[in-house]
Amino acid sequence: MESITVAITGAGGAGAISSGELLLRLAGRQGYFGMLKKTFSPQIRGGESAAILRLSPQPVETFDGVIHLLIALDWHNFARFSDEVPISAETLVVQDVQAGTPPDNVPDGAETITIDGAGVAAGVESGWVNMVFVGLMARVLGSDVDTVEALVAQRFRRHPEATGQAAVRAARAGFSLTEAERLRALMSELRPTRAVADRWLANGNQLAGLGALEAGIRFVAAYPITPASDVLEWLAGHLEASGGNLVQAEDELAAINMVIGAGFGGVPAMTATSGPGLALMSEGMGLAVASETPVLVLNVMRGGPSTGIPTKSEQSDFNLAVYGLHGDAPHVVLACQSVADCYHTTAWGAALASELQTLVIVLSDQFLGQSMQILDAPETTLYRAERFKPADSSEVDGYRRYRDTASGISPMAVPGDAHCMYTADGLEHTESAVPSPRAGDHQRQLDKRQRKIAQHDFGDSWYTLVGSARADTLLICFGAVTASAREALTALATGGRSVALLSFRLLCPLPLDQLEPILTCYERHWVVEQNHSGQFCHYLRSLMPAVAFRSLARQGPLLITPREIVDAIVGDSL
Amino acid sequence: MKAKEYKSGVKPIWCPGCGHFGVFNAITKALAAVDAKPEDYALISGIGCSSRLPAYATTYGFHGVHGRALPVATGLKVARPEIHVIAVGGDGDGFSIGGNHFLHACRRNVDMVYIVMDNQVYGMTKGQASPTTPADWRDSKLTPRGPEIPPLQPLAMALAAGAGFIARGYGGDPNGLAAMIHEAMAFRGFAFIQVLSQCITFVPEQQAWKELITEFNETTDDPARAGAILHGDNGLRKGVFYRNPRPSWPVSHGPVAEPGSGAREGFLAL
Repeated sequence: MESITVAITGAGGAGAISSGELLLRLAGRQGYFGMLKKTFSPQIRGGESAAILRLSPQPVETFDGVIHLLIALDWHNFARFSDEVPISAETLVVQDVQAGTPPDNVPDGAETITIDGAGVAAGVESGWVNMVFVGLMARVLGSDVDTVEALVAQRFRRHPEATGQAAVRAARAGFSLTEAERLRALMSELRPTRAVADRWLANGNQLAGLGALEAGIRFVAAYPITPASDVLEWLAGHLEASGGNLVQAEDELAAINMVIGAGFGGVPAMTATSGPGLALMSEGMGLAVASETPVLVLNVMRGGPSTGIPTKSEQSDFNLAVYGLHGDAPHVVLACQSVADCYHTTAWGAALASELQTLVIVLSDQFLGQSMQILDAPETTLYRAERFKPADSSEVDGYRRYRDTASGISPMAVPGDAHCMYTADGLEHTESAVPSPRAGDHQRQLDKRQRKIAQHDFGDSWYTLVGSARADTLLICFGAVTASAREALTALATGGRSVALLSFRLLCPLPLDQLEPILTCYERHWVVEQNHSGQFCHYLRSLMPAVAFRSLARQGPLLITPREIVDAIVGDSL
Repeated sequence: MKAKEYKSGVKPIWCPGCGHFGVFNAITKALAAVDAKPEDYALISGIGCSSRLPAYATTYGFHGVHGRALPVATGLKVARPEIHVIAVGGDGDGFSIGGNHFLHACRRNVDMVYIVMDNQVYGMTKGQASPTTPADWRDSKLTPRGPEIPPLQPLAMALAAGAGFIARGYGGDPNGLAAMIHEAMAFRGFAFIQVLSQCITFVPEQQAWKELITEFNETTDDPARAGAILHGDNGLRKGVFYRNPRPSWPVSHGPVAEPGSGAREGFLAL
């Protein structure tokens, strides 16, 4: 066992989520890497919730579908999570004495430890049952009591002092429970080699915000939507200090057009949204393409269509991002490969939007965006959103905003630049930005907008390739599936099957001349994606009809696990 | 610079006799009155006959999609506060497809001028009823019995939504309109001008406006009084109805530190 997965479930107000967050921090202090997935029922307050925590001495980027330890603060409505918290006979169950009757899906043989959380808390004049379990688990993780007390006190810093003190007393009481010794056995093979003080605790949405900020984004228009709002909230807290601005828009139509206005003004600009919001932005995104305005849209995908499953993950906006614009509208679509990669890919997107003067959509998803992870701090990005300015007076003389250059990219003047005035236009136009319905002008501008993207050298950031070139099978994926596929690779190698993994950071345009030589190294090509219809696989088939792509596509909200991938590959015996 | 020097020379698509010529003349006169540097001004529009206007001027311009002039203008002004922003458009663009943005631009109060050339008809799509068309106007094949719904009252809406400068002008009076636009440009905050701008092609009876329009000279800063005036308004008085500045957005701003400073420290929360 190289990792341990702990689930904490409870009724509304039982504090399952805050317990999970505290334990992730404690684990981080002990030198563990880890990841926390939060799952809620749809109510805004109250209702059931579950925190699922995976810890390991090595970096953790996904979940493997196994629960080693279940802490049940309350069994009520546990069935709502039974898909996401699969219990087996190997699961060790720790339940509160007042948790109620275990549901039928708890196997009879499951070892169960019952703790009188309320009694322990009451013994120290506290009502914080969940903190008893936090204290217990802190000891299991090898923490010392002072660290637990400090973290609990910090957690309650906005509460009345007496409340925080009661919580600290409960955690201390939990820390001294003897049941910890049985649980410590679970962790015995997992001791981290050293504690690292400068690791980060972050989710992908925050890291996307940081990547945008550090690449130079200075204007954000925001319309709230789950699960993208926390990108916008994080940026709101940090943009002003960098001299930027965030406007809360009245709707997504306003948000995308505000971003276009700022981009037209020469200020690197972005918005963040999710499926339905991306659909509403579609017309404006076409305007960004036609007017050659730099625009970055981060789309944090959720279950769809329509309101779908707004709090859970899916990769089903692929088609909308790639094909969803009107007219012939070449643009760039990127995908974040991991929580940490939300930082790099969003920064890359900001730089590309400015460099190519067009729309860049970055696809993230609820899992990457909202899972908290302990990780090493990312190195500050070298990507910068920089404008290609009119160079000198010869260029300024008779300035043509949409000049048909060899690269397809034209120098971009902005308001305030003398002698370069022009009217940016969504109407087809001449090189001088005068509206024109002429066939020649239409073709020239379509060719130019196509060329600047098709000819762009995206370098070697467009993909990651893991595994031997002598492998027989290639897994192909993007986004959050990457981490599961990587774990599947390891498992398959252990079983003697040599498989490689190609994960795309650049989804559109695909650099086919570089891609095809990679694909020809392998006999079989499995496209793994988290949606119902195999959108990415259809896209690849349409671009490369000679390759017999096999599809492993499954909708959300349950993550595709390494086990599912292994089973598909093993079943596809050569 | 003289007013005519703000004209780019691109030939307008407007019909002979269109009211928008007068509005465009008024805008160039207002720019000349402040000796505007064309590079420091941006005309922002959506879609419609009147929205073609930015290409006809020598300032910067943005001709976007239908109904979204105000969001583009807002993004530009917030990102580049030193640029003078004038949004222009028609009644369908501003009050129908862009109606939500109109309300929120009034309440957000970003410093800009918004000029709506209101001819009570969709001209570019060949004469359909707009949000300001009279209920009994039967000249559109799309609504042969007339819209049968009362027209919107844009000035009263602007007041209710919080605009600080609310005026109505007339395209047939370029000098008077130029003075009004000049005043709106000097106003700090969102300044809204509805301009009666005739559509000679689809509503030729609007030529009678020049006989019917009267002056309004009782500008107030009292919203209750302005409300009473605007709700009893016949839609044919020109003048500044309401003038009451309040802080424009962004109202407050935190201190600017080193770019990105502090952003990373927040993650060191273990």
